[in-house]
Amino acid sequence: MRYAMAVDTKKCVGCSDCVVACQTENKVPIGFCRDWVVEVTDGTYPQLEIEIRSERCNHCDNSPCVRCCPTGASHYADGGVVLVTHDMCIGCGACIASCPYDARYPHPDGYVDKCTFCLENRVQKGLNPACVSVCPTKCMYFGDLDDPNSSVSVILKKRKFKTLIPEAGTMPQLYFLI
Amino acid sequence: MNHLIDPNLHIWHWQIPLYLFAGGLAAGILFFAALNTILGRKEKYPVSVKLSPFIAPVLLIIGLSALFIDLNHKLYFWRLYTTIRLQSPMSWGAWTLMIITPLSFIWCGLNIKEILPKWDWKYKVLIDLEAFLRKYELVIAWLILIYALILGVYTGILFSAFNARPLWNTSILGPLFLTSGLSTAAAVIVLMSKSQLERHYFARIDLMLIGIEIFLIIHMFMGFLASTQVHIDAANLFLGGPYTTPFWLFVVSLGLVIPAILEILELLHYKMPAWIAPVLVLFGGLMFRFIIANAGQASRWLY
Repeated sequence: MRYAMAVDTKKCVGCSDCVVACQTENKVPIGFCRDWVVEVTDGTYPQLEIEIRSERCNHCDNSPCVRCCPTGASHYADGGVVLVTHDMCIGCGACIASCPYDARYPHPDGYVDKCTFCLENRVQKGLNPACVSVCPTKCMYFGDLDDPNSSVSVILKKRKFKTLIPEAGTMPQLYFLI
Repeated sequence: MNHLIDPNLHIWHWQIPLYLFAGGLAAGILFFAALNTILGRKEKYPVSVKLSPFIAPVLLIIGLSALFIDLNHKLYFWRLYTTIRLQSPMSWGAWTLMIITPLSFIWCGLNIKEILPKWDWKYKVLIDLEAFLRKYELVIAWLILIYALILGVYTGILFSAFNARPLWNTSILGPLFLTSGLSTAAAVIVLMSKSQLERHYFARIDLMLIGIEIFLIIHMFMGFLASTQVHIDAANLFLGGPYTTPFWLFVVSLGLVIPAILEILELLHYKMPAWIAPVLVLFGGLMFRFIIANAGQASRWLY
């Protein structure tokens, strides 16, 4: 099993519903968030192109955060999802410094927090992650890459996609449809 | 570090560079104490073997306290010692400190009568323990030598293991931090010693270490400038970017070049206050760690 997510940059309007849904579902403390929206403008006027991306932890196959964690709190869970065990985390910050996507933040309770793909609270109950399920443009696809019929496998077969900073070598599992 | 998810853009503040300075300095002091013991130069260079090591446990405790203050989940610090994670530099560091800190106390215990001749262990068990450990002094010296080297290199590897921060992601930081730690330790011994023989010996060692440091710094920049755009950008933080003045003024000029010139003049028997060069070396070593820690967190991959 290999959970992954695809985000359609052609459909995302940058409304930030995914951010709010995640904050609500996962009780993210005020001032922080586990996912975020990036708008990139390319080109020169009048030939401008805008790309909007809903970003979060890339749940990399080769995760620097899991490697550098001194206690084993950061680990690979079911389907390659990268999770942090709260009562094993000492809050040293090594994983925060190690993440090229800057997807982690120190939770005010002391441990380091990040996107979980809603693994335990939704996915294992047969639901989509909170961000995917609320998206008003249905621009996000979540599922198991090992299952050829999952929505994420189907869309990645049909569409061109990219990952973010593949040159950092972390083998990210967040795909952006372009 | 991501303004979109976290109001704080730095994860590591003053604690980490202070700890790396204290750890590197302690490693250097213990290294010279062990080396001169193994080479049988105890009486020739007494300050380095018997006196300066008393600073090491103090420095290690300052460093450990800074590390502890840095933790966000403090009460769980013991989790470091329920596992050994070979891929995590911080795990290596935690275990190395767990071994070298008691060794530094043992070393001080074995030498305490040198500075306090009337010292009495009082309890028989302590007297027996001292006699037992003294039999294995050479073994302890070898252990300290090895663990001091691991500690010194680790202070740099802690940074260099982070692929996400291009400025840190160069394995040259390991030897560079080790050399800098040894150089600051030589400076401390020069400050403490009253014998001209010992001061000149360590001034010569320091001079050699400063040469190696400059060599490694040049190679670090050559490596960056020959690499990808993000590595070139990382080098440019020091070559025209916001860290240019602090780095070239405080680290290279005041911390390396000027003390080297002063040490050469002193070895040529020019009269000058002997404390200036070693104090500058210590200042440069401290600034070096602060600047690398801060600049590294400002360097990142572009996307």
